[in-house]
Amino acid sequence: MKNEAFKDRPLCLSGKGVTKVFGYGNKANTAVDHVDFEFHEGELVSIVGESGSGKTTLSKMLLGLLSVTEGEIFFQGKPRDISNRKKKKEYWQGIQAIFQDPFSSFNVFNKIDTVLLDCINMRGGKHLPKEKKIEMMTEACSFVNLKFAELTNKYPFELSGGQMQRLMIARIFLLKPKILLADEPTSMIDACSRATILDMLLQLRDEIGMTIIFITHDIGLAYYISDSVYIMEHGKFVESGSADDVILNPKAAYTKRLISDVPKIHEPWDLSTVG
Amino acid sequence: MAKTMLEVNNLTTKYVTRFHEDVYAVDHVSLKIEEGKSLGIAGESGCGKSTLALSLMGYYFAPLHYMSGEIIIDGKNISGMDPDTVRKNVLGTEIAYIPQAAMNALNPTIRISKFVEDVIRAHDPKADKKTIQEMAKARFAELGLPVEALNRHAVELSGGMKQRVVIAISTILNPKVLIADEPSSALDVTSQKMVIKMLRDMMEKGYIKAMIFITHELPLLYNVTDDIMVMYAGQIVERGSANEMVFDPIHPYSRGLINSILVPEEGTRTNKLTAIPGTPPNLKKPPQGCRFAERCKYATLQCRVNAMPMIDFDGNRSYRCGHSVEHLREVYGHEE
Repeated sequence: MKNEAFKDRPLCLSGKGVTKVFGYGNKANTAVDHVDFEFHEGELVSIVGESGSGKTTLSKMLLGLLSVTEGEIFFQGKPRDISNRKKKKEYWQGIQAIFQDPFSSFNVFNKIDTVLLDCINMRGGKHLPKEKKIEMMTEACSFVNLKFAELTNKYPFELSGGQMQRLMIARIFLLKPKILLADEPTSMIDACSRATILDMLLQLRDEIGMTIIFITHDIGLAYYISDSVYIMEHGKFVESGSADDVILNPKAAYTKRLISDVPKIHEPWDLSTVG
Repeated sequence: MAKTMLEVNNLTTKYVTRFHEDVYAVDHVSLKIEEGKSLGIAGESGCGKSTLALSLMGYYFAPLHYMSGEIIIDGKNISGMDPDTVRKNVLGTEIAYIPQAAMNALNPTIRISKFVEDVIRAHDPKADKKTIQEMAKARFAELGLPVEALNRHAVELSGGMKQRVVIAISTILNPKVLIADEPSSALDVTSQKMVIKMLRDMMEKGYIKAMIFITHELPLLYNVTDDIMVMYAGQIVERGSANEMVFDPIHPYSRGLINSILVPEEGTRTNKLTAIPGTPPNLKKPPQGCRFAERCKYATLQCRVNAMPMIDFDGNRSYRCGHSVEHLREVYGHEE
C-alpha cells in the first residue's frame, strides 16, 4: 500500500526488483530480495528492520557504494547511471549520507573549517570572497545550534558525539543534496540529544524540501519522524504505507511483533511472548 | 515493613585526572532499595550513572577513589574495606555487576563453563568440578538458556545470547543486589526483551533480591523497574515511583527527559519533541548553586547562588530544585 498523501509529487528515487546477492553457487546469500520502492520529493521515508534484515545493504546500493545484482534504481525518473567515476560524482551531488558512528565519519587530520570549506568549494563556491564563505559557514553552524566562532581551529574529535553528528548535518545544509540518506544517525547518541538531531532532519525536509531516507531499528523513532514507513524482513519489504497506517494498524505478523517488542508507556508490555 | 537490601548514605567518589584535578562524578548520593524491588537510574551520557554503579560495588581502583559515605548491603557495611576483602567476600555473593558491553567481557579463548568455574572457585577454592558443572547446568536450564552453550566459546554465541550468558554467570552465587549497567543498549528490540524477561524471572525466583537498572531509555525503565531516579551532573535530582516519574515529573530536567520519549503509540507524532538546550557543567569546577541552572528556563538568580538540598514531598518522592512543587506544577500547567 502506498502513502496517498505523496502520490502527486514527482518521484525522486525509485527502484524495481532491486536485488543484492553476496557470494555465488551454493554459498549465495541474498541480502536484498527483489524490492520495489518509490520515494517522492520532500518525503521522509523510514526503512525499519532488525539487525541482519538488509537495511544497510539496501542503503549502500542506493548510495552507489555497492553494485546492484539485479533490478534497476531510478533517480528522478531516469535510470541511474554510475558506470564511471565522473558519473558517480555527478550522482553524489544529488545524494548524501549521514552514518551511525559520528566518530569515524570525519577525517581526523582535517580541521572543522576545512570540512565545511570543502563543502562550499564542492558546490562551486571556490571563487567566492573569504567573507562570504565565512558567512555561509556561520549560517550552516547556526542552523545546527553550533557556534562557528568556537569551532574554528578545532578538530572533530574535540567535540562530543552529538555535536559531531550536528556538524554532519551542517555539511548537508551546505551541500543541499536532493536526497539525504540517514543510516541510524541517532543510535549512538543518548535520548536527550536525539530530539535535537531529529528536529534538524525535519527542518531540512520542511525548509529545503529534501527527500530523507531514514534507516533505523527503532520503530518508535520511525513513527515520530516519518511520512512513510517500509518494514523490512529478510531482505524483503513486508509492509509499507503512511506511518499512521503501518504503526497503528499493522497487517504483517513481523510488524506486529516488532511493535510488541518495544516497551511502551500507555500500554502494558507483554513479556510472555518472548522467543 | 520489607527488609532494606541496599542502603547508601551520602556516597561521594572522585576521579583524579592526569593533571591531579579532582572530578566528583558521584556527589553525595543517597538511596535505599527494599527486598524484591528494583530501582532505575536515568540520565544523559556523562552524568555519572556508570560511575555510581562502579562505586556501589565498593571495589575501587585508580583513577576512581572513595571519598566518604557508606554502603550497607543487607545490614553489612562494605564502605572503606580494602579491595582484596571486597573481591573475596562481597563481589559475586553480596553484589554483582553486569557491564555495559557484556559481549566483549568474555575471553574468546575460554569456554563458557570455565567462566562459571572461575566465579565459584574465587569464593570456594576447593569446589568440586563435577558439582560446579551440575550447578551451572541446572541454572542455565532454569533460566531458559541452552545447556550446550556451556561448552561453547564466546564467539559462537549471538550478541543477545552472550549478554544473557554473562547475566547467568554473574548471578550464579545468588548475589543480593544486581547492578545492570545498560544491559540491553547494544541489542535490537527482540533480544532486549529476552534479556529483560530473564532479569524479571531471576527476581521472581529469588536468585537476586534487589536490582539497580541503569539506562537512558526511559520507556524501558518505566516497564522494568518499580522506582526511577534521575541523575544530573553527579547528583540525584529527583526520585519517585516509575508511574509518578513518567506522568508527573517535577524537576525541570526530569521533565525534559520525559519529553524526549519516543514510543510507537498514537499521539507520539503530534507531540513535539523538546530537547534540553546546552551541555552539562564541567565537574572539575561544578557551579556553586543548582547544577542545572545554566540550562533551566525557570532558573532565577537565587538558583545560581544557593546550593540545593534534596527535598521530600508526597510521601515517597524527593527532588532537588529551588522552586516549590506547587509553583512548578502551576508553571507546567500554564505551558500546556
